[in-house]
Amino acid sequence: MTSPSLVGKNARRFAAPSVIPGFGLTFGYTLIYLGVIVLFPLATLIWWSSGLGFSGLYAIASEPRVAASLRTTFFISFAAAVVDLFFGLIVAWVLTRYDFPGRRLLDAFVDLPFALPTAVAGISLAALYSPNGWFGAPLADYDIKIAFTRWGILVALIFIGLPFVVRTVQPIISELEAELEEASATLGAGRLQTVIRVMLPPLAPALLTGFALAFARSIGEYGSVIFIAGNIAYVSEIAPLLIVVKLEQYDVPGATGIATIMLAISFAALLLINLVQAWSRRRFGHV
Amino acid sequence: MSEIAVASSGRSRGVKFRPVTHDSSFARYTLIATAVLFLALFLFAPLAIVFVEAFSKGIGPFLTAFGDPDARAAIRLTLLVAAIAVPANLVFGLAASWSIAKFSFPGKSVLITLIDLPFSVSPVVAGLVYVLVFGGQGLFGPWLAAHGVQIIFAVPGIVLATIFVTFPFVARELIPLMEEQGKIEEEAALTLGASGFKTFLTVTLPNIKWGLLYGVLLCNARAMGEFGAVSVVSGHIRGLTNTIPLQVEILYNEYNNVAAFALAVLLAGLALVTLGLKTFLEWRHADALSGRARRH
Amino acid sequence: MLTRSPDALAATEGSKRGTSIRIEGVEQDFGAFPALRDVSLDIQPGELVALLGPSGSGKTTLLRVIAGLNSPDRGRILFDGENATNLPVQDRHVGMVFQNYALFKHMTVAGNIAYGLRVRPRRTRPSRAAIKARVTELLQFVQLDGLGGRFPAQLSGGQRQRVALARALAIEPRVLLLDEPFGALDARVRKDLRRWLRDIHKQTGLTTVFVTHDQDEAMELADRVVVLNEGRIEQIGTPEELYDRPASPFVISFVGEAVALPVTISDGHVTFGGRELHIDTHGLRSGPARVFFRPADIAVTAEGSGDLEGRVESLRRTPAGVRATIAIDGYDQTLEIDSPLDRSASLGGRVPLSLVNARIFAADKNDFVDAGDGI
Repeated sequence: MTSPSLVGKNARRFAAPSVIPGFGLTFGYTLIYLGVIVLFPLATLIWWSSGLGFSGLYAIASEPRVAASLRTTFFISFAAAVVDLFFGLIVAWVLTRYDFPGRRLLDAFVDLPFALPTAVAGISLAALYSPNGWFGAPLADYDIKIAFTRWGILVALIFIGLPFVVRTVQPIISELEAELEEASATLGAGRLQTVIRVMLPPLAPALLTGFALAFARSIGEYGSVIFIAGNIAYVSEIAPLLIVVKLEQYDVPGATGIATIMLAISFAALLLINLVQAWSRRRFGHV
Repeated sequence: MSEIAVASSGRSRGVKFRPVTHDSSFARYTLIATAVLFLALFLFAPLAIVFVEAFSKGIGPFLTAFGDPDARAAIRLTLLVAAIAVPANLVFGLAASWSIAKFSFPGKSVLITLIDLPFSVSPVVAGLVYVLVFGGQGLFGPWLAAHGVQIIFAVPGIVLATIFVTFPFVARELIPLMEEQGKIEEEAALTLGASGFKTFLTVTLPNIKWGLLYGVLLCNARAMGEFGAVSVVSGHIRGLTNTIPLQVEILYNEYNNVAAFALAVLLAGLALVTLGLKTFLEWRHADALSGRARRH
Repeated sequence: MLTRSPDALAATEGSKRGTSIRIEGVEQDFGAFPALRDVSLDIQPGELVALLGPSGSGKTTLLRVIAGLNSPDRGRILFDGENATNLPVQDRHVGMVFQNYALFKHMTVAGNIAYGLRVRPRRTRPSRAAIKARVTELLQFVQLDGLGGRFPAQLSGGQRQRVALARALAIEPRVLLLDEPFGALDARVRKDLRRWLRDIHKQTGLTTVFVTHDQDEAMELADRVVVLNEGRIEQIGTPEELYDRPASPFVISFVGEAVALPVTISDGHVTFGGRELHIDTHGLRSGPARVFFRPADIAVTAEGSGDLEGRVESLRRTPAGVRATIAIDGYDQTLEIDSPLDRSASLGGRVPLSLVNARIFAADKNDFVDAGDGI
């Protein structure tokens, strides 16, 4: 066994004694790396915004352009998450419970928004929905404009959020016991009743979690949105873009203020997720 | 009395019902059609158009795009950044998962939550925090300017921002995996006399190799494809501080579709490789990826 | 709708109400695997019947066929003479308790019990107040008063079992079906619940069929036991009939322990190891055969008059007397017999044994379960 370093000796009083070596080294490195790369920069942000204070933050948030961008971001992210909730559930259900040619391929595909760089997604969506694009052209015949409007933002955020819902719900669907459906049938329920009363409710916590994850991700999304968005101030400008704009104008406090608000919303969403999961585990014995 | 009845009467053909756990055919077809249509529209089309646009003028213009010096610089820079960020986060991932999975100490879940932080942060905010630290008006701004060190709007800033954004990837794959595997094998190896490092190499590493590979691939894909954070810290200086995604943006905004999508093909191809490996791993080595690793 | 309160049921005890079940020629294949082969069975109204057998014997499949969860490839099911084979499970009005209870975890106990009533079409659905009253009634019946507001995750295994039963009873089923009802519980709880199930059956008077692989359970609870093996019925009978007059080697070795002695029949005599056994050949042809007996069917006898001889390998004192482990000449396994104190032999001594009660079967009659299986 390697002899423990002095750091290791102290560290081991913190951790339970173990025959495995290396705690001091790995734990120390972990903390240092984490601190330098993540915590320190984030703390700087907090320090900056605390300099602004609540009144300062409020002032920034109430600037018309900022308020508009926050509203745009918030509501369209919410709407996109709702759409993802609905279709994500269908996709997850279909992938888990049915078998058909190409199912495996489709299943792998659901992860595309995770794996595809946001800029690539951005220009692809823009190209698809612009007035001479594959989808944009036929829609233009009906006077429907997607690219360079708020609808474009919605489309991009639907793309981004989908895997969050599908991947969160899929495992829960696959764990639904057949006995539940059978019990429901012996008690006289029809198929639709069984699905609605017995199979969907247990999915609720996972759906909520997936929704919150999609929402939190959409709030901060940048690359996939700015190409298709139009980016017109007060109309189709998302909050992350406004941060960049403010930085280019050297308005660091303004950028910081918006960033702080966005962080707060993300954390609130994540906190909600954790609470829902804890509650669900206590009440129902499962997530 | 014993009744081992062997009735032969009443042998009618049973009517086969749809099993209780099956949906009606109508429901099934409708749902499958809806899902396929939705996925085709929202997922498949964007991927397809990358390739179609890139090759829309034929192979020639596609290849010319890579001859452009700015494009080449972008590719070189992207590779450089990934070559630094991925190993750095790999080492971190190994260290973090080793300390978390093989030892018990208070505050584990806090540590894990902290490691996950970069996921919850918008990429633009990630870039911003580094500007706040190293930028002109930032914490170290004056000191850096005095010593002529350029971090923001230069390559080091890009590297740092990329490390931040891809920080959790390897750790997230390894932590649940190693926690599932426990420490029994390592303890056994140690009692048999192997040193700590040897144990790690010969016992731990083989057990986690597929999860590690997958985490590294994800980390790499994100490192090469990161846009928002890098956009903030980069300065967008052609030929110097543009990564592939930034170059794609520039080309697209200049209406140079073919070149933009040609570069995009590189990244899309990388994405497909990542997806392919994931499918392969889930199919063949489902146990090598931890059960419910929270997906980002 | 709410005519059968537990008190009213108790009052009608003795007059067997309930639905009869007739199973005719049912067969079911799962791909190439025959799960049920030509199964026919008559269950009387109000009977408590056990389907007993090892895993793979088809007992659960048969239960599911009665419930309508499986559709047989051939054969019919009749309730009270009416052909129910083509009735989907929703319309069969059977109350089923599943092995893992299948409680709806997102509903309260009361919600679970009320489920069957709430999903009825408007025409036949009881009023809210009526449903509530019925739920309360049933909670009392299964001794879970006041727990209506709890969730299944907050209950013990035995309590969940009772909720599952109450839920099945709420719809006033024609028959009650239970799939290994006590399998998931530990031994102590199991014993209590067995007695309790017997009481419930008496009170409700419902025709009840339950599946088990535990022969103690089947023997203790059931009016009649149906022994299944590899998709076929081996024997149907009361516990006493199964024990005293087993119809096949499978039954004798599945229900209780048995020793199988390879013997030869010639000229109407049964011989083992050169000695004649005092057993009737029951008309079997000459040739090899097997004699089955239980350890309790053997007795130490007077010198010179025994069927078999053995040597005492060990002795152990018990409250009843002495337990001797005896190695029988010519047979490779030992068996334990209890003998009263005055007739015991000494360690290492030789004892003559006589067969008090034994069954004989032809050597090729179906393979039996080795002692130790299927307990």
